Amino acid sequence: MRQMLLGLTTLLATAGTAAADVNIYTTREPGLIQPLIDSFAKATGVAVNTVFLKDGLAERVVTEGESSPADILMAVDAGNLVDLVDKGVTQPIDSAVLKEAIPAQLRDENDHWFGLSYRARVVYAAKDLDLAAITYEDLADPKWKGKVCIRSGQHPYNTALFADYIAHHGAEATETWLAGLKANLARKAAGGDRDVARDILGGICDIAVANSYYVGLMRSGAGGEEQVAWGEAIKVILPTFEDGGTQVNISGAAVAKHSPNKDEAVKFLEYLASGEAQEIYAKANYEYPVKAGVALDPIIASFGELTVDKTPLGEIVKHRKAASELVDKVGFDG
Amino acid sequence: MALVAGTAPSAQTAPRGRRPIWCLAAGIVAGLVVLPVLALGSEAIGGSLGLWSHLAGTILPAALADTLLLLLGVGLIAGFLGVTLAWLVTAHDFPGRGILEWALLLPLAVPTYIVAYAYLDILHPIGAFQGAVRWILGYSSPREFRLPDIRSLAGCVLLLSLVLYPYVYLTTRAMFLSQSANLLDAARTLGTPRRRLFRRVALPLARPAIAVGVSLTLMEALNDIGASEFLGVRTLTVSIYTTWVTKNDLAGATQIALLLLAIVVALVSFERWARRRQGYVSGSRGRTMQPERHDGLKGIGLCALGVLPVVFGFVVPAVYLAAEAWKRWRFAGLSDRLVGEAVDTLLYAGGATLLTLVLGVVAAFALRLSPGWTGPLIYRLATTGYAMPGTVVAIGVLLVVAPFDRLVDGAARDWFGVSTGLLLIGSGTALIYAYVVRFLAITAGSADAGLARVPKSLDDAARTLGRSAGGTLCAVHLPLTRASLAAGALLVFVDCIKELPATLLLRPLNMETFATHLYGEAARGTYEEASLAALAIVLIGILPVIVLSRVGRNPSS
Amino acid sequence: MPALPALEVLSLARRFGDTAAVRNLDLAVGSGEIVSLVGHSGCGKSSLLRLIAGVDTPDAGCIRIDGEEVAGPNRFVEPERRRIGFVFQDYALFPHLTVGSNIRFGLKTVPKSEAGKRVRDMLERVGLAAHADRYPHELSGGEQQRVALARALAPAPRLLLMDEPFSNLDRALREGVRRKTLSLIRQFGITAIIVSHDPEEALSSGDRVVLMQAGEIVQAGSAYDLYDRPSSPYAAEFFAACNRVPGRVRNAHVDTALGAFPAPHGLDDGDDALALIRPTGIDVVADGGDGEVMARELMGEIETIRVRLPGLAEPLTIRSTRRLPAGIRRVGVSIAPGAAMIFPVRPC
Repeated sequence: MRQMLLGLTTLLATAGTAAADVNIYTTREPGLIQPLIDSFAKATGVAVNTVFLKDGLAERVVTEGESSPADILMAVDAGNLVDLVDKGVTQPIDSAVLKEAIPAQLRDENDHWFGLSYRARVVYAAKDLDLAAITYEDLADPKWKGKVCIRSGQHPYNTALFADYIAHHGAEATETWLAGLKANLARKAAGGDRDVARDILGGICDIAVANSYYVGLMRSGAGGEEQVAWGEAIKVILPTFEDGGTQVNISGAAVAKHSPNKDEAVKFLEYLASGEAQEIYAKANYEYPVKAGVALDPIIASFGELTVDKTPLGEIVKHRKAASELVDKVGFDG
Repeated sequence: MALVAGTAPSAQTAPRGRRPIWCLAAGIVAGLVVLPVLALGSEAIGGSLGLWSHLAGTILPAALADTLLLLLGVGLIAGFLGVTLAWLVTAHDFPGRGILEWALLLPLAVPTYIVAYAYLDILHPIGAFQGAVRWILGYSSPREFRLPDIRSLAGCVLLLSLVLYPYVYLTTRAMFLSQSANLLDAARTLGTPRRRLFRRVALPLARPAIAVGVSLTLMEALNDIGASEFLGVRTLTVSIYTTWVTKNDLAGATQIALLLLAIVVALVSFERWARRRQGYVSGSRGRTMQPERHDGLKGIGLCALGVLPVVFGFVVPAVYLAAEAWKRWRFAGLSDRLVGEAVDTLLYAGGATLLTLVLGVVAAFALRLSPGWTGPLIYRLATTGYAMPGTVVAIGVLLVVAPFDRLVDGAARDWFGVSTGLLLIGSGTALIYAYVVRFLAITAGSADAGLARVPKSLDDAARTLGRSAGGTLCAVHLPLTRASLAAGALLVFVDCIKELPATLLLRPLNMETFATHLYGEAARGTYEEASLAALAIVLIGILPVIVLSRVGRNPSS
Repeated sequence: MPALPALEVLSLARRFGDTAAVRNLDLAVGSGEIVSLVGHSGCGKSSLLRLIAGVDTPDAGCIRIDGEEVAGPNRFVEPERRRIGFVFQDYALFPHLTVGSNIRFGLKTVPKSEAGKRVRDMLERVGLAAHADRYPHELSGGEQQRVALARALAPAPRLLLMDEPFSNLDRALREGVRRKTLSLIRQFGITAIIVSHDPEEALSSGDRVVLMQAGEIVQAGSAYDLYDRPSSPYAAEFFAACNRVPGRVRNAHVDTALGAFPAPHGLDDGDDALALIRPTGIDVVADGGDGEVMARELMGEIETIRVRLPGLAEPLTIRSTRRLPAGIRRVGVSIAPGAAMIFPVRPC
């Protein structure tokens, strides 16, 4: 077996002479980061090895301890990045390049993790629906009864949104709001963020909550003609909190505490924050780039001006567990 | 011959405590399987119990109810389908029966997560089916008319039953085939009309086989996470997942996992209790029953009836996947990633299958050699992995393997100044270990079933002719149980290819299988990009179907 | 008997749950001797055989073959090292191997050419030379039995054990197969134990007959010893049903409804005794007598007659070659000299 042979050769080779690679453990889907990896490898000649670990990235790095080959830990959702820091598997990186490229509220104050792109939790509405603006609070309004689609309340995208709601209004109000939202659902809270667009086209619901970049993926035609139809069936409204802006979440990365190739790892992070990579984030993944001055994809730009909610990511993370418990409590997924 | 009464104790006279090597080997196998469970257990103890008051007040009642309803529904529908179809092709002969006999196994090839995705797309208001219905009824938009959503407990039950019934069909048909025609003839001479034979004789006789098939089905349903998550059914397995991932509470997740394990242990005990009496039915030999021939309209009707489950459980999703794959091919061509994925998929599944087969034979053989309490205990422990969701097994294996890897690496650094890296995880051994833990029950079970058909006197004969226990295994048992071992091995092979949670968590760098590729795409909603991988999984899944159909046809092998 | 027995079994015991299959059993078999081990189903004879072969382990006691201890408190020789041939009741032929390969199975340590020669030789001796390439299921029951025998004998074992080797054969075949089997065993000069539950078969199958009951040996000796001089009513009745006639000892004789018989040693005046008389030990006298003919059944050469006598609770069963006149109602009976076997009746 290839990997076994690899393992054997590592065993025989002396530690110092092995060529420096960057080993990435990622919870981001490979399709999303592959273009970035390819262009980094081309620019620097450093080989990149990846393993996509949907869940259990933290557990794996923790149990691997100082033997772990991981250099870079990539994750979606600030909560996952904070978890990695809390579990002690990251290390601070003092890099002027990163500090300059990434705004302070999108990276860890202790320099452990760095946001590399962000996405907004937006509302998809049926194209012909007479609706120009909406608040998150409005989603629980009984006038939407039987008209809202959303994925599982326990999905990190949703728990982060609900946690932000707690940050704005407190747990009690959030529970009431969640119960109202639950009562408005047109179908079970399940599936993915694209399914809600398809469901709007299918007449199951009028409005839905989903991430911003899916619209780009659908409308661009990368997923085939059908998805173009799904994407065209909806319009995107950037919802806000009554007393704030639109909830966003980041994708980001950290350098592993026991990174065997720390220099290359930092180089890779710095590359991801560069204009070239940020453009890929914007163009290939339809995300909001963190670096100022990098242009948005036109599809995303068409949503209008994004006002990022001011709740610090760290605070949202703190309310995540409470949000998850509220989801259980109101039987959101039932 | 075997029916001639032997002397009383011969059934249980295998020697006691005299096969230390085999028992030891099987004990090590069992230990390897139990180790991850123990690791999870200590993790669970380390956690607080605070979660439970929350769970008990919120999702646990619903999750338990959903889980039990799911099991009940799948058990009933898959059981009904499996038994009826088995009888249909055993007791009746009609045009197309020969093909139908093995075609009925085809849904086994379709993983639950694929069938769920395919049907969601087909039955969606904007999908082909509802489009056609609207066209017939003259509606122009789904906003005017649409059918109920498949994303429900009922939909999940239906879809799971459609792809899981072959487990019941397989075991029950083998039992029907091995039932002596004399028994059925005897019932007829005693005044049972042909149409009542099924309920009065064949069905009661096949009960143990039905129980085995149904419990396999239920285990699969319980372990399913793809379809349930997709269709919005909150089973316990899904709860384990969200507790771990969303609430970041691994200890709590393992606590729920242990609860699930308790349910499964109950299920397994039921299956064993049912199987306890199997010996007496399968002992009979002689002519098998002669099916009743139907031609003309009735024959065609029966055939059509039998074809329905194949159409819904296999043809529809497979054609759908093929069409999607074709579209994708036209759109993006054949990705060269697929070749690498094929190599990884086949290598890992192949290696794991081989190991699982060898260890399964060891466990089953030790059981045969020591029928006291040690053999069965070891056997049971060795086969607990099948009862655990893949996610749980994966975490358990990680908890066992990673400290070992750290230890080796640390020691190597201290003594030789060389880093070994992660020996087991980095080489993929950890993943293969997880596959073995998860699927050992399949090979051990088929080895056990195969061995049960070999008379004990053959063991004794070989021993007195100068062969050791191991020599006997190689010269007598392995050749005689070849067919059922092959069937078990192929099931494991396909299960490894379909396996997702453990593969995701434990794979080494750069390893991508068809299933992980599919999942990676599904996770960001781009299923279409993985339709070729999905089609490959289904096509590979057809392999064991072909072999199983041959094994089933010849009950003596 | 030669000085060193081929097989010695000492105080052997084996239990299965609550049942003692073999209890405190002693047995010695001389070299070249053929022992016929007989008893009802479940008496422990097959268990004893399995213990000797080593496919089962004793709870206590010891077994020696050619003076070598193969099972004892501190020693257990695996069956494959005991050099014992075993013919199983169901023959246990390997279904996936041809006749030739079945016979060759035990010749793994023998050089290839030698093994081939031995297989051909064995096949010839059992008259199956033409069947070497057939599979067991293609053979008749008798042929299968011969293959099983050839397979057991091929490795030249020290001891041959046969568990009910003829019970799966048709009655018509059985006699011939049995005779051929015995002659083959004698040709080889091999020590053998043949287990049977059929009394006639047991009597005619060995140099010595060993009768077992409930895990113990009841009596061992020549066929004549067991049939003519049974040591207990059980032994007497095992080989043929007997007429049971109760009596009491007086003046060194046992008085019964059929007359007085000499009392054996150990019986004192006043003791209750039981006379067992085989149906062939009584004859009928055509005229004059107080016996009432209840039923007659012609079997060919002999006739079975049931006669009720005053003073006897049960009618006597008599097997006679004498042909009585048709329609006869009353007969007398006569007991052949020495036909009555007298046993003490132990008070309950």
